[in-house]
Amino acid sequence: MNKAKQTIKKLYQQPLADKIWRNFVIGVPYFWLLLFFLAPFAIVLKISFATPIVALPPFTPLLDLSANADHWLLATWDNYRFLTEDNLYWISYFKSIKIAAISTFICLLIGYPMAYGIARATATTRNILLMLVILPFWTSFLLRVYAWMGLLGKNGIVNSLLFNLGLINAPLQMLYTDIAVYLGIVYTYIPFMILPLYATLEKMDTSLHDAAADLGAKPWQTFIDVTLPLSKPGIIAGSLLVFIPAIGEYVIPALLGGIDSLMIGRTLYDEFFVNRDWPLAAAVATLLLVIVVIPIMLFQRSQQE
Amino acid sequence: MNRDDRMTTQRSTKPYVAATPWLDPKAVPFIQIKNLSKQFDKFTAVDKVNLDIYQGELFTILGGSGCGKSTLLRMLAGFEEPSAGQIIIDGVDMANIPAYDRPINMMFQSYAVFPHMTVEQNIGYGLKKDNLPKAEIATRVKEMLDLVQLGDLAARKPHHLSGGQRQRVALARALIKQPKVLLLDEPLAALDKKLREQTQFELINLQYELGITFVVVTHDQEEAMTLSDRLAVMNTGKFIQTGTPTQVYESPINRFVADFFGTINFFNATVISSDPAAKKLSAKLEKTGTKLDANSETAFAEGAEVTIAVRPEKIIISQKRPDGDHITITKGTVEDLAYYGNRSLYRIRSQSGRIIQVSAQNYQRSEALTLEWDDEVFLSWDSSCNVVLSE
Repeated sequence: MNKAKQTIKKLYQQPLADKIWRNFVIGVPYFWLLLFFLAPFAIVLKISFATPIVALPPFTPLLDLSANADHWLLATWDNYRFLTEDNLYWISYFKSIKIAAISTFICLLIGYPMAYGIARATATTRNILLMLVILPFWTSFLLRVYAWMGLLGKNGIVNSLLFNLGLINAPLQMLYTDIAVYLGIVYTYIPFMILPLYATLEKMDTSLHDAAADLGAKPWQTFIDVTLPLSKPGIIAGSLLVFIPAIGEYVIPALLGGIDSLMIGRTLYDEFFVNRDWPLAAAVATLLLVIVVIPIMLFQRSQQE
Repeated sequence: MNRDDRMTTQRSTKPYVAATPWLDPKAVPFIQIKNLSKQFDKFTAVDKVNLDIYQGELFTILGGSGCGKSTLLRMLAGFEEPSAGQIIIDGVDMANIPAYDRPINMMFQSYAVFPHMTVEQNIGYGLKKDNLPKAEIATRVKEMLDLVQLGDLAARKPHHLSGGQRQRVALARALIKQPKVLLLDEPLAALDKKLREQTQFELINLQYELGITFVVVTHDQEEAMTLSDRLAVMNTGKFIQTGTPTQVYESPINRFVADFFGTINFFNATVISSDPAAKKLSAKLEKTGTKLDANSETAFAEGAEVTIAVRPEKIIISQKRPDGDHITITKGTVEDLAYYGNRSLYRIRSQSGRIIQVSAQNYQRSEALTLEWDDEVFLSWDSSCNVVLSE
């Protein structure tokens, strides 16, 4: 009898221990994110409401608690107002969104057939193909962007090849153009598009394709009616994984883009390091986050459906 | 199974005496499969299969996993291309006709119901691909929904349906195009026992009502027996035996078929005399030398080795020595018995030490059951129950 009681007690205790363990496992990364993401963001947000001064740090404190202060709260919307008044910022934001959106679309156009091909390959080929997609990550990102500079430059490999083939008389201006930026972003981020697409396409039940064909759908109709709608989660995940980092991309436009390719990352850098206007830079960063947070929220909603 | 059970369903029921077009030499087969083979690398999945199926027939291909039955079905549907041979349906060679143009629809084993479409959209999909006017699609979908009794669930998505409901969606979706042939891949495998029994009668009546030729693939012999007009037993890519359920069960052509359908007792025997004209054969059992008679139209040489097969339910178990003509009698002790309620299964060790399985209906209530372990019993069966197998 006692033994039975103990067993029952144990049964009830087990989930409690599980619960503590589960909370711990989830809690640690959350704590980490809170400490190293949310806290710094709160500091940036705070700075975005300050006024720049020549001092160290180069901005006013948010609270003035000295006795002779007119206002104890020194927050100001001036930085955000300035963002709306100067065209430069709107142009940078718009250009960032445009470049990120077009790059995402190109990644989708190239990545979808690749992911589909990998998903339909035999098991051994599939592993090799996936390896090849991930392989570029084994070299430094910066090194790969520099390699593109070597390829696209005036005396680069592409130009000399075209020249030697007699296709061109003078070198083409490829480096320091928007095209080079697109090339760099698509090249860098395409694995982030392929992998989630592959994951959804690979687990798709092939009998659904057979069923569509059986009911009279030609192969392209099967794709439109069945494959495409069922791969929507992969399309959304891949697009966000490309779009969000691309919008704030700094290195690629800085190295491959022209003077006029002012993406928001570049503007942010200039405000912070060149103009040393920390509050304005903080406002730019905060607004960027808002622009990026909106698609994440849309994504979460579509996932819940 | 009792065919009268079908009377309990409301639909028009299939007549007790089924038409037998395969016995009519003038009948033209609706589906002709000629020397059909399918090779995967070095593995032969389907090996020179020949088969005629007649219009309105419910034909079952029965076999274990990997016997090639699914490949055969996929070739009929057009998902696999034959390595050799021909498929002719209603006089048209299917060789260059892709799956989406064949007058065939299929109900998949997994049902393959489109998860992102509602029940209605699933059922109407085939008609939509035929570019029929919207109004006609709506009417026919409505009819189909009523036929499979899914009217209330028209707007549901498949993941809100039970297994049985999903099966009916798959069936309705395949039937709505009024195909010449409906292929069913393990149609009842995913259903629980009760639902399965109910569904199989519904399937038979639906098939009769619509007059569509059904080709069913299954690994379940009971399912094959109850559903089919005729069936084919398949093994290693070949058809071993084709016939009505009764023919295949009562007159299996070899040990494989006999063993595949339920349980059976095998006895090794030597032929004493054979008279094919009078359908008579007499043989003596190995070891005990018990003499027995059997019906056989095949001629055997004297002294030829044969297998005598007897179904457990043909054997009568008794404690007194039975008498009568044309019966085979042997003696043994009860080694094991299992009580199933409606029947009991006995494992009897005969004098020669061989185990004989006997299945007996429990006509009387359990108090009347007098047999116990180690009881001495007599086993007897009519000589006509002896099936002579040469391989």
